[in-house]
Amino acid sequence: MRKKELKIPLIKEGTVIDHITAGNAVKVLHILGIPERTKSVVSVAMNVKSKIGKKDIVKVENRELDPKEVNKIALIAPKATINIIRNYEVFKKYHVHIPDEIVGIVKCPNPTCVSNSKNEPIESRFLVVSKDPIRIKCYYCEREPDNIADNIL
Amino acid sequence: MTLVGKDIVSIRDLTKKEILEILNYAKKLIPFAKGEKRTHALDGKVLSTLFFEHSTRTRLSFETAMHRLGGDVVGFADPTATSLKKGESIADTIRMADAYSDVIVIRHSQEGTARLAAEFAESPVINAGDGAGRHPTQCLLDLFTILTEKKKIKGTNVVLLGDLKYGRTVHSLAYALALFGANLTFVSPESLRMPKETINDCIEQGVEPVSTVNLEKAIKNADVLYVTRIQKERFPDPAEYNRVAGAYRVDLELLKHAKEDLIIMHPLPRVTEIAPEVDKTPHALYFKQAFNGVPVRMALLSLILGGKV
Repeated sequence: MRKKELKIPLIKEGTVIDHITAGNAVKVLHILGIPERTKSVVSVAMNVKSKIGKKDIVKVENRELDPKEVNKIALIAPKATINIIRNYEVFKKYHVHIPDEIVGIVKCPNPTCVSNSKNEPIESRFLVVSKDPIRIKCYYCEREPDNIADNIL
Repeated sequence: MTLVGKDIVSIRDLTKKEILEILNYAKKLIPFAKGEKRTHALDGKVLSTLFFEHSTRTRLSFETAMHRLGGDVVGFADPTATSLKKGESIADTIRMADAYSDVIVIRHSQEGTARLAAEFAESPVINAGDGAGRHPTQCLLDLFTILTEKKKIKGTNVVLLGDLKYGRTVHSLAYALALFGANLTFVSPESLRMPKETINDCIEQGVEPVSTVNLEKAIKNADVLYVTRIQKERFPDPAEYNRVAGAYRVDLELLKHAKEDLIIMHPLPRVTEIAPEVDKTPHALYFKQAFNGVPVRMALLSLILGGKV
């Protein structure tokens, strides 16, 4: 564990997102609002060799991810693991999981879907049709986004 | 099994068994739909028809269905005459209709509106068309028409023709026909092909549809030709509409290639896609199909409101 993490600097406090599908680290950064919405130091490693093939790793210092952010990551990197780091040690480690329903995270790509109407008291809502490969369907208009990452709110 | 209180937003809200129950019941209601027999099955019940988008057949046949069952109707066919004009949300409009009636029928140009309505209303909601989305009662009356004319749906060769991208009736219908095991051929201009979601729906039901641009070839083995209008109002880009308008026309010349017992259906309104000369042929079923909306919607209202004839 230690040896692998040395590929990019160890962090004292924060979150390590490991086992991101190779090539998807940039999308994970986008979901986390990096760099626009954070001042944290962020390290990225892409195409790192691992037992299960190539993967990406993202380390975010001084920030612990909340469940809503984790669910967003699950949508584009379903095999990712989240390590919460405190004082250089892994304080908590868990796998992301795709919920059966996704509320307020993905925007419906259909411009004429009622969920895109600003006048109605509803949030976007998707039902997960399949978890591997991931496919989601708008609860309101039943449209499936071609690319989930492009429609994350 | 009971349909009492059930929302009908998409044809998928109904099982195959429930669909057959509605269709079989509709058959019994034909004399009532024609006014030859009278019933008061829904006496004291109120239907609200919220038509945010224009309609002739769907609204009139729902209203006729309710009247023939002895119930009453409130509603609007012109949303500019309501408080929506003042900026009221659809959700609040639904809450009002819910307070005044026992069942709500809604049509709107935005996809997903009926699902939203079902979320906010305690009374059952029936989708009468949401944009390019779903139109389950049209689907039911189409199935009813095929079943009545062809006696079976399984193994029947059905050709869906026209605007398969934006045409809302064909999406529900393709799914339902696949559910009942029909053989499906989709004929459309390249730019108006059936969406992948609908094709996947058919495949999931065990039916592999054929997509083509060639109508002459497709019509040879067809038992049912289901024609749709290329809908100008659904095109975001008028130039795209102009490129495909008038791409297909069903006329006597084309019908020389067809089977003798081919039936031609159309959800109407039609523009130029079926020549008027076809109306007099035994193939033309579209006006009878439009009448079938009454017994089918009577069956649905009666089963949902629990007032059997």
